[in-house]
Amino acid sequence: MPPDASRDILYETWQSPPGFLGWFTHVNQRMIGKRFIITAFAFFLMAGVLGILMRVQLSFPQNDFLGPDLYNQIFTVHGTAMMFLFAIPVMEGFAIYLVPLMIGTRDMAFPRLNAFGYYVYLIGGVTFFASLLFGVAPDTGWFNYVPLAGKEYSPGLGVGIWTTMITFIEVSALTAAVELIVTILKLRAPGMALNRMPLFVWAALIMAFMIVFAMPSVIVSSSLLILDRVLDTHFFVASAGGEPLLWQHLFWFFGHPEVYIIFLPALGMISTIIPTFTQRPVFGYTALVLSLVATGFISFGLWVHHMFTTGLPHLGMSFFMAASTLIAIPSGVQIFCWIASLWGAKVSLKTPMLFIVGFFAVFVMGGLTGVMVASIPFDLQVHDTYFVVAHFHYVIIGGSVFPLIAGLYYWYPKVMGRMMSERLGWVSFWLIFLGVNITFFPMHELGLDGMPRRVYTYLSEMGWGPMNMVATAGAALLSAGFFVTLANALWSMKHGAPAGDNPWGAATLEWATTSPPQPYNHRNIPVVHSRTPVWDWRGRDERPVVGGLREDRRELLVTSVLDAEPMVVQVAPKPTPWPFVSAVVASLGFIGILIHPIFFVIGFFLVFFTYVGWFWPRRPWRED
Amino acid sequence: MQSALDPASTDAARIAELWWWMLAVSTAVVVAVLALLAVALWRGRRGGQPTSPRPAWSMVLVGGVAAPLVASVAVVVHSIQIGHAIVAAPREPAVTVDVIGRRWWWEVRYQDDGGRTIATTANEIHLPVGRPALLRLHSDNVIHSFWVPNLQGKADMVPGQVNDLWLEPRQTGIFRGQCAEFCGTQHAFMAFVVVVEPEDDFRAWLRREAAPAASPESPLEARGRDVFLAGSCRACHTIRGTTATGRTGPDLTHLASRRTLAAATIPNTVGHLGGWIADPQSVKPGALMPPTPLPPEDLRALLAYLRTLR
Repeated sequence: MPPDASRDILYETWQSPPGFLGWFTHVNQRMIGKRFIITAFAFFLMAGVLGILMRVQLSFPQNDFLGPDLYNQIFTVHGTAMMFLFAIPVMEGFAIYLVPLMIGTRDMAFPRLNAFGYYVYLIGGVTFFASLLFGVAPDTGWFNYVPLAGKEYSPGLGVGIWTTMITFIEVSALTAAVELIVTILKLRAPGMALNRMPLFVWAALIMAFMIVFAMPSVIVSSSLLILDRVLDTHFFVASAGGEPLLWQHLFWFFGHPEVYIIFLPALGMISTIIPTFTQRPVFGYTALVLSLVATGFISFGLWVHHMFTTGLPHLGMSFFMAASTLIAIPSGVQIFCWIASLWGAKVSLKTPMLFIVGFFAVFVMGGLTGVMVASIPFDLQVHDTYFVVAHFHYVIIGGSVFPLIAGLYYWYPKVMGRMMSERLGWVSFWLIFLGVNITFFPMHELGLDGMPRRVYTYLSEMGWGPMNMVATAGAALLSAGFFVTLANALWSMKHGAPAGDNPWGAATLEWATTSPPQPYNHRNIPVVHSRTPVWDWRGRDERPVVGGLREDRRELLVTSVLDAEPMVVQVAPKPTPWPFVSAVVASLGFIGILIHPIFFVIGFFLVFFTYVGWFWPRRPWRED
Repeated sequence: MQSALDPASTDAARIAELWWWMLAVSTAVVVAVLALLAVALWRGRRGGQPTSPRPAWSMVLVGGVAAPLVASVAVVVHSIQIGHAIVAAPREPAVTVDVIGRRWWWEVRYQDDGGRTIATTANEIHLPVGRPALLRLHSDNVIHSFWVPNLQGKADMVPGQVNDLWLEPRQTGIFRGQCAEFCGTQHAFMAFVVVVEPEDDFRAWLRREAAPAASPESPLEARGRDVFLAGSCRACHTIRGTTATGRTGPDLTHLASRRTLAAATIPNTVGHLGGWIADPQSVKPGALMPPTPLPPEDLRALLAYLRTLR
C-alpha cells in the first residue's frame, strides 16, 4: 500500500463527522479541548464585564449605579464564574488538547466521557449566566456561606442555581481528571518514562489527582445544602443542632486545593515555555517535579487559614499557619530554578516570554502577601477586606492568568496553524501588566484602611474614594489589554503568518506534527529517548516510530506506567451523539431539582437509558 | 476613619508592627528576585553561555529553600506570640458586653458582675479607657464579623456559638467598626462606633443607659409617645418604661443619646431621623424596617418625643 493511501485511511478513520448534526457526535480530544478553551474564555469575558461593572459602581462613594441586590448578584457570579467556569475548565481544556499531543498518542483514554464532561460544563455554565439575565442569580458570594445560603435567608432560586451549577462542574471536572490520569499513565509514547515526561504533563497529572481528592468534599457540602434546601434537613441549621462551620470546613477543604488546581498547570506552562525561548533544557527538572508534587500535597493541609476568625482554638490554627507559610518553599524552588534556566541564556523575548517575565513580578508580590495573610494575627485584621481581594487577584492573575496568556500565544500557532501578531501581543502585555498593578495595588491600602470586601458602596467620609477611582481606571486598562489579545486571536485566525510545524523551535512532541494537527495527531506514534525528543531529531532525516497499528480503526497504544513499555492496543470508540444526549438528560435531572425532587429520580433513570445506548457493545465478529 | 495602621490599643499596635516588619522584608524579597531576574536576562543578551550547575544549585537552595524557610519560621513564631497575647491570654474583664449581630445592625447589652443584663443599646459601644473589656459575640441569624480595625482584629459571630473578643483601648476617642463577613443585602451599611472614654464618664453613661426612658414633658412630646405606642413602631422596638417591648429592631430607650442612626450610616439629627422613619428604603435599600407614612403633625410630635430619649 503506498504511504499516501494509508494516510488517507488513517485520516478517514479519525476524522470527526462534518455538519451541524455531526458537531454533537465529536469525541476527538482536540475538538473537546478546543471547545473547553473557547467556552472558558467566553465565560472569562462575561465574568470580566461583571468585574468592570463592580469597579464602576465602586469608583466613588455612594454611587447608585447598581443597587445592593444587583451588586450582590454580580460579585457572586463574577467570583463563581471566574473560579468554576473559567479557571478550572480552561486549564482542563489546555490539558485535554495538549497532553495527548505531548505524550505522542492519538486520543484520550475515554473519548466519549470527555465529550460528556464538556456538554455538562456547557449546559451548567449557560444556565448559571442565564440566571443573571432573569435577575435570579445567586447573591451569597462564591463560597456561599450558610446560614445566609440556607432556605430561611435565601428563599429564592439563586442559591439553588449555584448548587446546581456546582454539581455540573464537579461532574465535568471529575470526568476530565479521570481521563487525564489514565491517559497520562497508560498512553504515553514508548520510551517516555515518567522521568522524561514534559513538565506540563506532570502538572496536568498532579492537577488531576488533586481534583479527584478535592472535588468530593464540595460534592458532599453542596449535596447537604441541596438536602437542607429541598428536603428540610438541618445539616447547617444551628437552631436544630446543625453546624454552620461544617460548611466552611467542607468548602475550603475543596476550595484551597482548588486554587492550586488552577495554579499547577500554569506552572507547568512556564516550565514548558522557558526552555523553548532559551533553547536549552530547563534547569532542575527533578526539583521542579518534586515542587509540583509538594505543592499538591501541602495544599490539602491549609484550608483552615480561611477560617482564622471563626473562633477555632488558637493552637490548632497555628499548625495551619505553619503549613500555609511552607508553600513558599516549593514556590521558591521553582522561581529560582526558572531564574537559573534563564541565567546567561540568550532569551528571545517574544510575547509568551513577556508574560512569563510579568508572572515573576506579579506572582512574587501575591505570594508574599500570601505569607502575610497566613499569619493569624495579621489575618485577623485583613481577612475579608480589600487586602485579601488584592492578594488573591495578584496570585491568580499573576500565577495563573499570565502563564495562561503566555500559553495562549505559545500554542495558538499549533492549534490554529497561524501565528498571533507580536506587535499586538506587546501592546496587550503592557496594558495588562500596568492594568493589573493599577487596579489591585491600591486595594492593599484600602483593606488596611478598613474597607471590607463585598460592600456595594461606602460613605464618602471613609476616605476610600480616591483609591477606588484609581482602581477603576486600572480596570479600564486591564480590560483594554485583554480586548487586544482577543482581537489579536480573532484577527490572526485569517491573517496571521503561517506557523509551520515548529515555529518556536520547541522540544516537545506536540511540535513534531502539523499545525493544526491532523485528526490522528501524529502520523506515526513516536519513540522517545530523552526529555527533548524534537531536539534529538534535529538535522536528521528519520525519527524512530512505532509500526503495526491499524489505520482502519481507532487504535491507541497502551504502555506501562513507569517506563512506557508497549503493552497492548486499545480500540477507541467512534463518534456518537450519546454523550450529548446523556448530558442533556442529566441536566434535566440537576436543574429539575430546583422545581421538585422527583426530577432527580427522572434524571437518574433517563441517564441510565442513555448509558445503555452509550455502552451498546460492538459486534466482535465485525472487527471494527 | 477606621484603620488597622493607626492603632489605639496594644493588640492593634502589635499587629501593625508585625505588618511593617513583613512589608519591609517582602519589599526586599521582591527587589531581590526581580534584580536576579534582570541580571539573568541581561547576562545572556549577547549570546548564551551554559549555566554552571553548582552556583545555580546554590542559588536554588539559598533563595528557594533556606530564605523562605527562615522567613516562614520567623513569621510563624512571632505570629504565635502575638496571637497568643490576643486570643488566649487570661484576663479579668472590667466590663462584659454581649454584642449580637442582627440584620443589619448591632444589639449591645451590658452585664453587671452577676451576668445580668443591665442596659441594652444598639450600634454604639462605650468602653472605659485602659481597662480590658470582654465582648461576647453572638448571632441568631446569619454569620457576621465584628471588626474595629483601630482596636483589634476581627472575630466572627456564628450562630450556635459564642466567640470572645478582648478590647483594651489605650486612648480615648471614637472608633468606627464595620461588619466584615458578607451577611446579605445591607452588609455594606452595617457599622457601629466604639466610644472610649475615661472610666468615670463611662460609669455615668452606663448608669444613664440602665435607667428607663424619660417621660414626656410637653403636650407635643406626649402626643409623640402616643403616636409611637399606637402605631406600628412598638411591634419591633422597645422603649423601657413604656408598653413598647418589640424585639425585632433596636432598643430606643436612649435613642437621642446615640451619635448615629441606621447602624452608623447617617448622623443622629432630627432631619435624618424624620427621613429614616418616613422612608428607610431610600437610605438603606433592603433594610428590614418598613416605611412609616405619618401625617406631618404626628411625625413632628414623634420626633419631638424621640429627641427626649436621652
